[in-house]
Amino acid sequence: MEPKRLRYTKDHEWVGRDGDTYVVGITDYAQEQLGDVTYVELPEVGRRVAAEEETAVVESVKAASDVFAPVAGTVASVNEALETQPELVNQDPYGEGWFFKLRDVKAADVEGLMDATDYNAFLATLEE
Amino acid sequence: MQLIFEKSVPGRRAVRFDALDVPEAGLPETLRRREAAALPEAAEIDVVRHFTHLSKRNFGIDSHFYPLGSCTMKYNPKVAEVVAALPGFAQLHPRLANAPEYEDAVQGAYALIYGLEALLAEIGGMRAASIQPIAGAHGELTGALLMAAYHRDRGNAHKDTVLVPDSAHGTNPASAVIAGFHVVEVPSCAKGFVDFEAMKAALGDHVAGVMLTCPNTHGMFEPEVREIARIAHEKDALLYYDGANLNAIVGQCRPGDLGFDVMHFNLHKTFATPHGGGGPGSGPVGVGERLLPYLPGPRVVKREDRYTLDTPEKSIGRVAAFFGNFLIAVRAYAYLRYYGGDGLRGMSRDAVLNANYVQARLEKAYQPAFDGRCMHECVFTGARQAEKGVRAMDIAKALLDRGFHAPTVYFPLTVKECLMIEPTETESKETLDAFCDAMLEIASLVDRDPDALHAAPVTTPVGRLDEVKAAKDLDCACR
Repeated sequence: MEPKRLRYTKDHEWVGRDGDTYVVGITDYAQEQLGDVTYVELPEVGRRVAAEEETAVVESVKAASDVFAPVAGTVASVNEALETQPELVNQDPYGEGWFFKLRDVKAADVEGLMDATDYNAFLATLEE
Repeated sequence: MQLIFEKSVPGRRAVRFDALDVPEAGLPETLRRREAAALPEAAEIDVVRHFTHLSKRNFGIDSHFYPLGSCTMKYNPKVAEVVAALPGFAQLHPRLANAPEYEDAVQGAYALIYGLEALLAEIGGMRAASIQPIAGAHGELTGALLMAAYHRDRGNAHKDTVLVPDSAHGTNPASAVIAGFHVVEVPSCAKGFVDFEAMKAALGDHVAGVMLTCPNTHGMFEPEVREIARIAHEKDALLYYDGANLNAIVGQCRPGDLGFDVMHFNLHKTFATPHGGGGPGSGPVGVGERLLPYLPGPRVVKREDRYTLDTPEKSIGRVAAFFGNFLIAVRAYAYLRYYGGDGLRGMSRDAVLNANYVQARLEKAYQPAFDGRCMHECVFTGARQAEKGVRAMDIAKALLDRGFHAPTVYFPLTVKECLMIEPTETESKETLDAFCDAMLEIASLVDRDPDALHAAPVTTPVGRLDEVKAAKDLDCACR
């Protein structure tokens, strides 16, 4: 996924369109802050989730954190590769390190999130 | 270093028993092992050397400075060990408790439990305390169960949520969830306090309780704590005091006077009982008026001049076998009586002084996470060092090479590249200076020789551990 074309949350998830579904992952900033990822807990396919609902869990050598659904939808598929290779989250957060895909998403919900420029401006406020 | 199993030689023995000179009682065939247990076979001297070598590799408060933030790794005075070893305590059979026919034999132990619970209640500004919980997190869970019992009793079925600041120890939300509550996180403000406006907004009718640590894990005393208590009580929500940082305020102010309804004490932190791998811990719970009827039972009570047991009518019941970790309670009682009121006030005063001394010596080299003076621990962000490629973990490992235990790193989660230093009151100025000198030397290496820090530790029995493998590959069974 091209980071410039994604949408972002303040909890450092990204969401991007892939055909009929939307792919969700965590940002490069998030993986950098977490450090080496050791475990990822993924949701069940078919689960309906609300926006900001705890949908996955990511554990690193430093901490365990919830991953929230950026928008409401139904879990269409999950990245099973993370079960054996959680390090993909560190190595390729916008690509092979994706978490889950959502269907039944309202495009307007996604449009309402921060774009790359807004997200980078948000990150700059965290650096102060 | 070889494992004791690898040193095993078939047939070698530490002790050889004489032949039986009485008839063998014999176990039933069904209870006998089919194969011999795979125990190491070694001579006594080799066993002694093996464990003596291992003990030399240990890192503890008796051998090293241990500024592990939030853990209060203070010195454990040996006088408490002497008291705990008295045969009247050490050789008490646990089954004597709860056995009315033996009550005469345990009057001394009951007097100690009664006395310790009274001292803890006084220090906490609580109505009563129970020494049953066997660890800090167990005390938290007991406190959360007490809050649940209170609301159940009052028919507050709608109260299903506990508020926890984002700077809290992870055990707070865990305890609340295990007690059946939902948890809502309340953010911190830029000054390192709980965001009061966010707390006010979150404090709806559905809130059963608020868990606060004060001073919080940023090492800051919550300035709005009384106001938070007031608005919580307006909603019939209870205020929980996490005693993790009680060492900062003992004898200076009391959680009960600040408006807290329930709290736990970590005897292994504040009252100097052994801590860490040795333990065991002890997390007594204290309660104010509202939660008094629900305390765990049975409780030691005094009737005329005699101690006996009684269980409060609405008690949540036992939370531990017997009276928790009783010999730890003996050590804490010895410590409290040894120090006395003035001594305990001096303890918290010196803990705060020592932390501020360290902060003042380090604050040019390391960026304090928040403005102003700290309480009993100082929190820095290693963000400036991280920009140059040296992470908090590298600084922590470099300290090991210099003979100091690392501070807590990467906690609280609210602070980037967090370094959390709690020197405690038991360290001399010379020790604090030696530690600060090491921290400043490490800071100077960030520019001059960052690779030396990436390689640390190089003087310890094992070098940099593979943390990812440690977290992922849990198969540590002996071959």
